[in-house]
Amino acid sequence: MSDFVRIREEFEQALLLVNRVSALNVMRKAIGTSPAIEVVEQVVVPVMEKIGAGWERGSIALSQIYMSGRICEELVDGILPPGSPVRGKDQPKMAIAVLEDYHMLGKRIVYSSLRAGGFELQNFGRTEVDDLVGRVKREGIEVLLISTLMLRSALLVKQVKAKLVESGSDVKVVVGGAPFRLDDQLWKDVGADGTGRTASEALTIVSEVIGGIGWPSLK
Amino acid sequence: MAQPEMTSLERVLTTLRHREPDRAPLFLLLTMHGAKELGISIKDYFSKAENVVEGQLRLRARYGHDCIYTFFYAPVEIEAWGGEVLFFDDGPPNSGAPFIRSPEDIGRLEPPDIKAAPCLLKVLRAIEMLKGKVGDEVPIIGVVMSPFSLPVMQMGFAGYIELMHEQPEFFSRLMRLNEEFCVEWANAQLEAGATAICYFDPVSSTTIVPREMYLKTGFVIAKRTLARIKGPTATHLASGRCLPVLEEIAQTGTAVIGVSAEEDLLELKKVAGGKLTLLGNLNGIEMRRWTSEQAENAVKNAIAKAGPGGGFILSDNHGEIPWQVTEEVLLVISETARKWGGYPLKWTKDYAGS
Repeated sequence: MSDFVRIREEFEQALLLVNRVSALNVMRKAIGTSPAIEVVEQVVVPVMEKIGAGWERGSIALSQIYMSGRICEELVDGILPPGSPVRGKDQPKMAIAVLEDYHMLGKRIVYSSLRAGGFELQNFGRTEVDDLVGRVKREGIEVLLISTLMLRSALLVKQVKAKLVESGSDVKVVVGGAPFRLDDQLWKDVGADGTGRTASEALTIVSEVIGGIGWPSLK
Repeated sequence: MAQPEMTSLERVLTTLRHREPDRAPLFLLLTMHGAKELGISIKDYFSKAENVVEGQLRLRARYGHDCIYTFFYAPVEIEAWGGEVLFFDDGPPNSGAPFIRSPEDIGRLEPPDIKAAPCLLKVLRAIEMLKGKVGDEVPIIGVVMSPFSLPVMQMGFAGYIELMHEQPEFFSRLMRLNEEFCVEWANAQLEAGATAICYFDPVSSTTIVPREMYLKTGFVIAKRTLARIKGPTATHLASGRCLPVLEEIAQTGTAVIGVSAEEDLLELKKVAGGKLTLLGNLNGIEMRRWTSEQAENAVKNAIAKAGPGGGFILSDNHGEIPWQVTEEVLLVISETARKWGGYPLKWTKDYAGS
């Protein structure tokens, strides 16, 4: 049995120093003794969650979260490639989008965190309200994550949700980004089904939202 | 005993010397609200210097705050570099798709000539006209994006973080280009009549980069850049946290730090006291739904924590008040800042907060 506690510590250090090679070596050692999915669940996911919690407390910076997410995503793609039978198994169709802004960082971090956690999701990139609603309907998306930076864009989520409901869609909408961090009531005001203060919380929240629609989470 | 009423400039200069003026200065950092005053769209409003002059004067007449703010919109510099600006009817103009698409593009980049950039000349003209109107009665605050933070709009946040970590040579070149532009742009605004320059540097916040990275990058760049700006500067981290690097920010040569609603003014004051004036930290996002009572409590809390001894300017936490914040809330902030901000702040001794 692997010593996951020690592995997690080494992996976290490698990520915070943005040391890809060291992170890869730690991962290789872990995979030598445990199944890939277990390494993702016992090492990658908890370390990403811990790093996210550090950001919430102010001890870790966004650049570290972003680079950690990118490294984890690459590593997990290596051990659980897209199409792997254990990746995204039985999960609902998910997508992530940015509303109007060209600030893609938050979306990129959440996308990487979820993929590093074994989920699959479509990346819609920058969208506008009607375009987003149309794509969600066409693609049959069941969980939609929306990232915003500006207050104006955050308030547009209300239109997205209303148009989706009007069209008969029961997609779950999860929102994130600076306006939602600074005002903890805003996600309810715009009719979202969930929100996260940090990108790594997306893993937990998506699992919770998915739980609510009858899909067992990875954990 | 209450002090005789000061002009806005005297009030601000006194607090910058870490002494108590007649009352705590209030900076309502209003930009788009000028369009509401004139009854025109945000895009039309920013299309002419005359509109911004009229808007700023009307806003100050309405709210009686202690600055003129000649910030048009964040991507005005991006416009000068050849990038795209997107206008909206109900929010700040935003930068369009990044114009640096790969690190190699940095090798071919040259900073814009300020004298040949109509968008910047418009800002300078607004400053000149406002200076003619207000003279030395109220400080005129010009704005630059820091060389270290501008790349978020030049090349996108994600690409910039990767550049910082993985392409040190291109990063250094971009910083050199941005420094030259930033210094020239800041000094042009001072020459036009700005009293001080607000140096927006959100990437230096420990919300965005760790302290170790800041010391190697944003700190060094700010020291170099601010030393060449020929006037007083205020650093603003646009809602980002600063406590872990506050001592170092004080060493960059800035006089003021714009602080986040996510940090406690009392803790910040302990570190900044006597070295940096705190500017903040009313939560601009929550402000859109504040009741009068909530607005007054927020003002009282901020003044009670950071006001004693001077070295404090009441303001929002981001450096721009959202379009959605109503006139009613702004009036309450303005009135309660006068009501509770008068020195000496005897009431704060027994105040436990709301």
